[in-house]
Amino acid sequence: MWTDYLIWIFLIIGLIFNGLGTIGLLRFPDVYTRLHAATKATTFGSIFTSLAVVTYGFSQLYLTGNSANLTLSLHTIVAIAALILTNPVGAHAIARAAHRSGVMPEQAVVDKLAEVKK
Amino acid sequence: MLPFIIATLDAFVIYLVLTAGSGEFLYFWSPGEFVMGIFLSVIVGAISRNYLCRSRNYRMLNPLRWLKFIVYGFGPFFLAMAKANLDVAYRVITGKIRPGIVKIDPKLKTDFGITFLANSITLTPGTLSVDVDEENNYLYVHWINVKKGQEKKEFADCKYVCGNFPEWARRVAE
Repeated sequence: MWTDYLIWIFLIIGLIFNGLGTIGLLRFPDVYTRLHAATKATTFGSIFTSLAVVTYGFSQLYLTGNSANLTLSLHTIVAIAALILTNPVGAHAIARAAHRSGVMPEQAVVDKLAEVKK
Repeated sequence: MLPFIIATLDAFVIYLVLTAGSGEFLYFWSPGEFVMGIFLSVIVGAISRNYLCRSRNYRMLNPLRWLKFIVYGFGPFFLAMAKANLDVAYRVITGKIRPGIVKIDPKLKTDFGITFLANSITLTPGTLSVDVDEENNYLYVHWINVKKGQEKKEFADCKYVCGNFPEWARRVAE
């Protein structure tokens, strides 16, 4: 069925971004730039891998009519919503805690927050 | 009373989504799940009514705001997220970064508006909200590639940091 190709495309996009997030985690110099790679590139990747699961669930529901596939799809949609809601909160909390405990951004051209904190 | 009703309805809808496919009643649900869902949502509503909607401002009940939120989520927000992800992917590979923490003044007034904007900024890679000035509603944003000239200004231009997100935050949340 044509949705098989869609699932492949979603999985490939998701894996590329998850892989780039991991490489970024190793390459970037300090905690803030690493947060960019580690939390957000991986969110985007995870959204696409989850979309592949949703597509699989709905296509199987259409083909077999088994309602367990509907449950699978809907639960994954709820998981995507939870991911989008909680991910920025976590990233924000880590960044704020890092700055409060005195970790300054490396190679920074400007740091307005440190100017205020003095 | 209204916070109780809102919390109960929300909990009930989420319960129904999680248990869809359990039976034949109304095509998707088994009657037992319906009864159990109502029972549990009333408990959740009774517990959480003291903690939710403390401002007693019910502007988010307006369905037009939900519609704008959905349009925003699938349209400009998703586009910006995809574009920014490609940008960060480019920076991961080439290592060309110019990081810094800038201050922006989005001119939003409500708590929900500023939360909405901060989460949008954090979800689009390249920018990460670090702290908020609660008196003036300024946001401190870690920017992975500070545009030349922006670091000298007191407030960086919202146009470069977060596009037209402040206008959308105003439309949806204020």
